[in-house]
Amino acid sequence: MSANNKLPDKLSTDKLVGWNIGIAMSAIAIGGSMGFFQKMEHAGINLYNTLNAIGIASYYQGLTLHAVLNALVWTTFFIVGFFTFAIPRSLNRELKYPKLNWAAFYIMAIGLVMAAIPILMNVASVLYTFYPPMKANPFFYIGLVFVVVGSWIAGYGFYFTYGDWRKENPGVRTPFIALASLITMVMWQIATLGVATELLWLVIPWSLGLVEGTDPQLARTFFWFFGHPLVYFWLLPAYVSWYGMLPKQAGGKLFSDSLARLVFWLFLALSVPVGLHHQYVDPGIPAGWKVLHAVLTYSLFLPSMLTAFTVVASLEVAGRARGGKGLLGWVRKLPWGDPSFAAQNLAMILFAFGGIGGLTNASYNLNLAVHNTIWVPGHFHLTLGSAVTLTFFGISFWLVPKLSGKQLFSRKVALAQVWTWFIGMLIFSNGLHILGLNFGVPRRTMLGSAPYQQASWNPLFIEALVGGIILTISGALFFTVVLGTVFSKKTLETPIEMPVAEPIDPTPAPAWLDSWRPWIVLTVALIIIAYGPVLMALISNLNMTSPPITGAGFGG
Amino acid sequence: MHVERSEKMFFIASAALLVVFALAVGISGFVYGIQVPQPVGLVDPKTVATPGADGYHFGDPVEERIRELAPGRYEVYILAQMWKFSPGSIGYGEDPITVPVGSTVTFYLTSKDVQHGFKLQGTNISMMVLPGQVSKLTATFDEPGEYDFVCHEYCGAAHQTMYGRLIVEP
Repeated sequence: MSANNKLPDKLSTDKLVGWNIGIAMSAIAIGGSMGFFQKMEHAGINLYNTLNAIGIASYYQGLTLHAVLNALVWTTFFIVGFFTFAIPRSLNRELKYPKLNWAAFYIMAIGLVMAAIPILMNVASVLYTFYPPMKANPFFYIGLVFVVVGSWIAGYGFYFTYGDWRKENPGVRTPFIALASLITMVMWQIATLGVATELLWLVIPWSLGLVEGTDPQLARTFFWFFGHPLVYFWLLPAYVSWYGMLPKQAGGKLFSDSLARLVFWLFLALSVPVGLHHQYVDPGIPAGWKVLHAVLTYSLFLPSMLTAFTVVASLEVAGRARGGKGLLGWVRKLPWGDPSFAAQNLAMILFAFGGIGGLTNASYNLNLAVHNTIWVPGHFHLTLGSAVTLTFFGISFWLVPKLSGKQLFSRKVALAQVWTWFIGMLIFSNGLHILGLNFGVPRRTMLGSAPYQQASWNPLFIEALVGGIILTISGALFFTVVLGTVFSKKTLETPIEMPVAEPIDPTPAPAWLDSWRPWIVLTVALIIIAYGPVLMALISNLNMTSPPITGAGFGG
Repeated sequence: MHVERSEKMFFIASAALLVVFALAVGISGFVYGIQVPQPVGLVDPKTVATPGADGYHFGDPVEERIRELAPGRYEVYILAQMWKFSPGSIGYGEDPITVPVGSTVTFYLTSKDVQHGFKLQGTNISMMVLPGQVSKLTATFDEPGEYDFVCHEYCGAAHQTMYGRLIVEP
């Protein structure tokens, strides 16, 4: 056992963590600010002429930046950085091959630059879904491949480290934070096979002119094979913190270690074979398969509800340990003055609304009403934009001081940041949900300039704008805290340790919850059942007839 | 594995709730005759707009793409391209699609270029419109009025101008 030789307070790979998180935060700073201009445009105030001065040529170029930087760069870099910090500490050992993880970082960073240049040159304004046959500059696609492959390599670095730990600790249960992080990376590895296949087979050779046509329906299907588990790749690191760290931060314990592990295994098995619920209204896919994916998507409700129970129960244990009484009196006793805690708890509350909306999206016939309407961004700003992003903000409030060795710039500003995000997002997403559900307003559209716009939409556009302004202010407060911390002169008085929640019941989880083989087999089996026949049918009727379209109004 | 009784009860209640939701979705879908697009056929976007291509009518003159099969039964072949639907693109000077109240209309759509979407406001009609595929759904119009159909998939710089109109006459 390595418990005796405790890791040093600082690891050599912490610098790598800092670089990952720095890039992530730079991305959301740029990507997030684009959101403000979108909501202004919807409310009738078009500022894109002004933005031309800084090189943003159009609403859709700005939207591509917003989506790619927030949904792909902020998340992927933050997650890889967070795991690079957490896995060695959870396993109590340094990464086996730090150079491999540095190489992974460089590959991701090169990919980011390769993809960003065409976006900034307005030759890749294809949004983050990049549906062919609208063609972007090939470097955009190649850059994305680099980012994905880099993240795979980061995962391999973690697996090697875990392999050594396992050899030295036979029969010992993997510490929860490490196990949950590793499951997330394996899920990502499997999910990204879809988008990698799409890019390498159907998109890149076609964008380079090596083949004449591509098959848009098959490309969409590979994209959504990846696109839904992508949301769990964002969410599960937040769960790592909610289960494995937050109870400790609140002064309590993890309510059930075994169920926490079970939840992660279930997400591994169920994240991928559900992607067709994004394609209910696609023409080329038989209804029976859509129904099967609807049922499998519904099954994801169960690990989500287990999470709601276990995390809230863990916090109740904490609240009562702090002297809370009565049915709900314990809630007030929680450490609301700690911005890291407040951020994550408010993230969970917003996630409850996001989860309900998600169930609506997955519901076969309700989906017809909301598909591709602005309800959908309303939904994922509660999940990705709140549950995930606000949790990452909360993690940053201890991780940035830890990495920089400086005290948090201002607890009060951080708390103001957290609450303004919560309130801004409630207002913003409420407006978007109603616009989508009641009026069928399309998403990803320059709505202020749409000839079919109705006067009845305007109050809701203004509501969304008010939310957007509050969120913009909140974002500025976040960077004030982060930069204020990094450039502070006040060094830490007491060292910060990664919070690790102990389980209430110290009995080790059953062996089947620490065993990869059965869960990988189940995962692969479900994918083959849910996707095998659909993909076989599409591939055997391959329709590579769509030539690249470059006249979409930007210089593809 | 030890599971607290309260958590077990919560899990069972969640599962029961899920079954209720699934039944509600299934039964209402059946009762209201909810349909989603199903595979119709493959086409070549390069030639689909030529007359008679692949047995569809996307290449017919615009006014002939609205086909009355029998009294009150129509087929409409709508060709989507950047950034118009034809027929029905009132923004490009085309007439709206007009049918009498009570009509049953089957919509066929395909795209000549990039991916588009077709959402007929105020109805359950929502489909992706992809090059290479034909999308098909049927609706009956019992309420007279103007129904806008909008493109709900990003399709380039003027995506926001892509819409058309269906008029159901009393």
